[in-house]
Amino acid sequence: MISLLRAPSIPCGSGPRPRSEALRFLSIAPLFNRGQARSHRVILALLLMFASLTAYAAVDAFEFETDEQQERFRTLSNEFRCPMCQNTNLTGSGGGVAEDLRREIYFMIVDGKTDEEIEQFMLERYGDFIFYRPRLMTETILLWFGPLGFLLLGGWIIAGIIRRARPQVQVNAALSDAEQERLRKLLEKVEKQD
Amino acid sequence: MPRLKLFIPVFIFLALALLLWRGLYLDPRTLPSVLIDKPLPDFELPTVEGGEQLVSKADLPDEPFLLNVWGSYCLPCLQENPILMAAKEEGVVPIVGINYKDKLNLAQMWLEDNGSPFDYSIVDEDGRLGINLGVYGAPETFVVDANGVIRYKHIGVIDYQSWQEDIMPAIAAVKAEAAQ
Repeated sequence: MISLLRAPSIPCGSGPRPRSEALRFLSIAPLFNRGQARSHRVILALLLMFASLTAYAAVDAFEFETDEQQERFRTLSNEFRCPMCQNTNLTGSGGGVAEDLRREIYFMIVDGKTDEEIEQFMLERYGDFIFYRPRLMTETILLWFGPLGFLLLGGWIIAGIIRRARPQVQVNAALSDAEQERLRKLLEKVEKQD
Repeated sequence: MPRLKLFIPVFIFLALALLLWRGLYLDPRTLPSVLIDKPLPDFELPTVEGGEQLVSKADLPDEPFLLNVWGSYCLPCLQENPILMAAKEEGVVPIVGINYKDKLNLAQMWLEDNGSPFDYSIVDEDGRLGINLGVYGAPETFVVDANGVIRYKHIGVIDYQSWQEDIMPAIAAVKAEAAQ
């Protein structure tokens, strides 16, 4: 129904996963020894089933000059939210705009832009929404510290309840001489009855 | 006083209910645009109609106009086309299209089949102009003033109501400003 309201050129869906991760997943297969061959053949079949899915999903395999660049690409794509498929990040989104934004990030990294510059690029176009981790500002203080506030409030209420549940009557341990005398008499009476 | 204290949970409940009730009527898909009151980005792209000829920011109308992001794959664009066609016939404002992430031949066919409300449509095949405009899908519509500054953005389909209540007032405001 959503596509009736807004039409992404490519609909939202499970997004591309970096190809290297799929291969790392598969590389377990050669570790199997022969003695357990049968059960492992089943596992292998299952793995291959996943492999076909991931191979299909790996649409944009970008080539980076260094591993550090690739790592930055991965981190940044994870940190930005897809504006179209809203509760996914750019890595996990198959939406058309997510694909374009990943491409922009790729080119900016290759062009030697810093993470801050890339964040600024996204912010200028899509606003704070683009950050999965909201920045700390006046508008987001409640978001960041609200849970802590509720925790403190809850603690305070529980402390109050516990305090009230304690016996209120103060027991005065020291008896006066007259009371001591009375107590002695009472005890004697009890002993006699026994 | 202690009596009043008993009702604290009720007050909390009412406040929360009010907050969530309000939340029911917010559209999470409509993102506030950060590009309001910012100038249009620079571009140099071909048009659906103009073959090899490139257009740039300088070629855009020097009066208030609508910039409508559309695509042949986009059903709501088809839905809002009659409203834009009517606006064109009445000569409300010039309408420039951005053919967003589409195939040229499909875009041309779409315009032939459904009629074109656009003076021309800028071809944004790789979606780069779209990104610079903070676009994340079609349709999206911008009201741009005579100086090429974005003044209003409508996300999603334009229906009769949003045309009357949102877009026309935005156009009227920008036009009144331009007339001064």
